Amino acid sequence: MSEFPSPVYGLILAGGSSSRMKRDKAALKYQDKPQLDRAFELASRHVTNVFVSVRADQTLDPTRAQRPMIVDSVAGEGPIAGIRSALAAHPKAAWLVLACDLPYLSDAALDFLLRRRDASALATAYTSAHDGLPEPLCAIWEPSAAEALADYQAGGGHCPRKFLIRHGARLLEPQDTRALDNVNTPEEYRQAIATLDKAPMQLKIQYYALMREQAGRSEETLETSASTPAGLYEELVARYGFTLSRDQLKVAVNSEFSDWSRKLNVGDAVVFIPPVAGG
Amino acid sequence: MMHFRFTESAIDTESARRELQTSSAGGYVSFEGWVRDLNEGQEVTGLEYEAFQELAVKEGGRIVAEALRRFPVKHALCVHRVGSLSVGDMAVWVGVSSAHRGEAFDACRFIIDEVKHRVPIWKKEHYRSGDSGWVNCERCAAAPQHAEHAEHHHHRVAVPNPTEPV
Repeated sequence: MSEFPSPVYGLILAGGSSSRMKRDKAALKYQDKPQLDRAFELASRHVTNVFVSVRADQTLDPTRAQRPMIVDSVAGEGPIAGIRSALAAHPKAAWLVLACDLPYLSDAALDFLLRRRDASALATAYTSAHDGLPEPLCAIWEPSAAEALADYQAGGGHCPRKFLIRHGARLLEPQDTRALDNVNTPEEYRQAIATLDKAPMQLKIQYYALMREQAGRSEETLETSASTPAGLYEELVARYGFTLSRDQLKVAVNSEFSDWSRKLNVGDAVVFIPPVAGG
Repeated sequence: MMHFRFTESAIDTESARRELQTSSAGGYVSFEGWVRDLNEGQEVTGLEYEAFQELAVKEGGRIVAEALRRFPVKHALCVHRVGSLSVGDMAVWVGVSSAHRGEAFDACRFIIDEVKHRVPIWKKEHYRSGDSGWVNCERCAAAPQHAEHAEHHHHRVAVPNPTEPV
């Protein structure tokens, strides 16, 4: 063991064949975004160097190919092959391993997991709110797990949950019992879409110039049910009494000019731009 | 080369000018925008400039890149100041070097005009009366957005800082 814990990289698992869903899980959309992209962006907000785990026959798939990939390099199928391939590709890194089909997984849940990481264990994992067993696919896998995983697979093992039960992992109880619910059937997918669409989302707003003075703050994070910058501005006019009308403004999302009707996503940073006066 | 940048202290025009020098340039044109003591009949005592810098450097960079595509010039650069400025202080500097003067004047004029229209920078004027206001946002909210100024943006000419609505 080195003195400092290894850096944590991200690995999104999206290799499953989705027999119950009868379509490619990675491409299922929530709030207009393939869940592979949502998981990738979620992980990217917490760790650097995020990769998508793919089988050799998936490297040209358009949902996956636009992201950095780690192609399975070890024999066998399933999540263990993906995790072992990542550990082999970057042997000094620990891996935040996420299944892509956890639509309820939140920034708070990942933050909690990363803060409670125990680098001296083979892995740090949440326990299932349903059966108390470890959840291997929302977990941090340490470099020290590589050898034990190889032995486990050589002995015919293929279930990462059983591996964690047998070898011991630092286990955490999830604070949000729904955070790790995964979506396996069309019915569960419909439910998740309905739930997520109703959920207020968190946005970051920055205010400049006259609007900063009228809002009495230069930035804030707020929950909104507005789905576009236009709807958001209406909400904020009601709250702060901004005197500028929308047609005097431009809007930027994530530091680039945007349409007023663009669909906003969780975590977007929005800036309303009053008439400019440089020079 | 960064084509557009901000500074919180006085603009160092000498070092900015040096960045434009190249043996193939036969000359250079610059524009300096200064804080003027009068705007819309009110006596101005000082200004505060504020920018959404992350987007402003992108948009400013795009403007200068556009100028380099449109006009056959060698180098171009714009530096904008933010923070509190007094009357006479330089708020913005644009410099362009080129083989011949004509396109340098054109590119310089293009850059300052586009910067005033497009880059998210705001200024608050403080008046002798004790009053203050965000230019284009308050008293002038109803003014047309794209009125051109009558000033001539000549080489090294001390053009008063145009504080009219753009």
